[in-house]
Parts: sequence; structure tokens; C-alpha cells
Amino acid sequence: MFWLLETRGSKLETKLMKRAFPILGVLTAILLIYALSIALNPVVHIFGLTLNGAPTEQTMGNVQRIFYYHVPSAWTAFLLFFINFVASIQYLARANPKTDRMVCYVVVAIGVVVFAASFFIPLPAGMRPSAVGTTGLLFTGLYFLVRTLFSHADTDVLAAVTAEVGVVFCLIVLVTGPIWARPVWGIWWAPGDIRLTSTLVLWLIYVSYLVLRRFSASGQTPHLAAALAVLGALCVPFVYLSIWFFRTQHPQPVMGGGGSIDPLMLHVLLMNWLAFSCFAFLVCWSRYRLEKLQREVDEAHALRSLNDDPRTAR
Amino acid sequence: MNPYLFAAYAVTWIIHIAYIGTIVRRYARLKHEIEELKK
Repeated sequence: MFWLLETRGSKLETKLMKRAFPILGVLTAILLIYALSIALNPVVHIFGLTLNGAPTEQTMGNVQRIFYYHVPSAWTAFLLFFINFVASIQYLARANPKTDRMVCYVVVAIGVVVFAASFFIPLPAGMRPSAVGTTGLLFTGLYFLVRTLFSHADTDVLAAVTAEVGVVFCLIVLVTGPIWARPVWGIWWAPGDIRLTSTLVLWLIYVSYLVLRRFSASGQTPHLAAALAVLGALCVPFVYLSIWFFRTQHPQPVMGGGGSIDPLMLHVLLMNWLAFSCFAFLVCWSRYRLEKLQREVDEAHALRSLNDDPRTAR
Repeated sequence: MNPYLFAAYAVTWIIHIAYIGTIVRRYARLKHEIEELKK
């Protein structure tokens, strides 16, 4: 399989991929099966053990169980677009050492200001200051984590990969949402609804990002794509916060938004999110290796054609 | 099982499997390219 192919990257990376990937793959598969079984059944019997699954919701019945795939898919897509945003900023900033240093200071300042401001600025009802503050710190932490783990060229690969996998998860959100809406609202789609429309726009932005990367042959493509990703990422908080600031038919948040959720339902929701996050991580990892290999092969093709050219051959 | 619930879960996995299928296909193409380059 593709994880057995060696790239020019560090030996440690290749060794880690060969040893850890199959183990993580099996663990993720077990986690996905467990998460699926507790999402579908109120009581699960595995190897003589009786486990509590998600209870059946009284108003919507079993259709509500779509929530355990719809919401974790949305969270995973947002997380991937967030990583894409961080990687794109780094790709643009690290092209110039001066800009890189300046952006590092700005990122630290954003983390500190957002964390401090979240406790002083009045937030919309139900929005927890700790959640907003943590998001600010998470942004700063993730920025420096990516900076430590990836070289300048690799941030472009990371951005491309996370956008692609994010589009897949966002597509699942856009498909499972209407399937839930049809029996509950009586319609597949609520035209003009801000949450639904902004999610569709977000998906289209990232599809255009992938189309740009796929079909543009210019040497400036990574820079253009990174600029588009930075602007596109602004849509993510808009989509997420739209249910707080606008009247929408979409259900209000059950976590951090003043709503409440049964502890068992919360457990099932978080287990599914964990399973999807592990799955997304593995898909991104394999796709990352594939992208790096593809670039090495393209480079080899270019070198070969340069050597074959009688004008450049020595 | 509720048909809408079944449809939502089935579509989710169809999309994931289709995407993994494209990755595997790209890998096969790349492997072929590497073999061509080695010749």
C-alpha cells in the first residue's frame, strides 16, 4: 500500500508511517464500529458486555440519530479548514523571514487578546467565555505546532490535503442535513436560511480552492491558493456563529449555546467526533504522503525532460 | 431501521469509501509512474 512507499522525507517519518499506520488504522476501525453501534442502538451487547447507547429522542424518534454523524462531520470539517488556514498563513508568511517574525508576534498577540477579551467583552447569550478564550489560544498553539513540524514547502502540502479532506466532510454535512430536514421540517432545504446557505458557500469556496490548485499551471498557484484559503477561512466562524447572530431554522447549539443535552447523547456525540477525527487524521496522513510522492515524481519528470532536451543536455 | 436514518449513514460511508477509492487509484497511477521513471 501507499504507506510502504518511501519519500525523500526523514527516515523517522517513513518508519513511523510503516509501523504506526496499520496499528492506528485498526484502532480507528474499532472506534468507528463502536461509535456507530452506540449511535444506532439504545443498548449494545458486545462480548457479553451491555453498553448504553444513545437513547431515542422523544419528539423526532430515530431520525434524530442522524445528528451523531451530521454534527461530528461538521466539527471535523471546521477543524480541517482551520488547519488549512494556519498552514496557508505560514506558507505566505515564511516566504520572507521579516514577515515570518512579524506574523509570529501577531499570532501570539491574537491568542492573548482573544483569551483576555473573552472574559471582559459581553458575548451573545449562551456563548461561554472559556470556549472563546480557548479557541484563541488553540489558534496560537496550532500555529507554532505546524511551524515546528512542517517546513515551508510542506505547509503548502498540508494546506492542500486538509482542504481536500475538509471538502469531503463538509459534503457529508450538506447531504445528511437535508436527509434529516425532510422528515422533521417537511422540506429538504430552507431557501435563504443563513446557516444552510453559508455552509453551502463555504463548501463552494473550498471546492474552488481545489479547482484552482488542480487546473492552474502557474508557478504562483500555491501563493494564490494560500491567499484564497485565508480569505475563505473567514467564512468558517461566520458559519459557526450564524445561529447566534441571525434568526435561522437550523436547530440551536446543544453545547456551549445555552442548550442542554442528555449525558448519554453527549457521550455518543463525542465518541463519534473522536472516531471521525482519528479517521480524518489517517486519511490526511496517507493523502499527505501521496501528495509528497506526487511532487517528487513530478520533479523527476521535469529533470528527465530537462536532461533529454538537447539544448540543455551536457 | 428508519429509511432516512439508513440513507444518511449509508451516504456518509459511500462518500468516504468513494474518496478512499480515489486515493487508492491515484496511488496505483503514481506507482506506475515510478516504475516508468525507474526504467
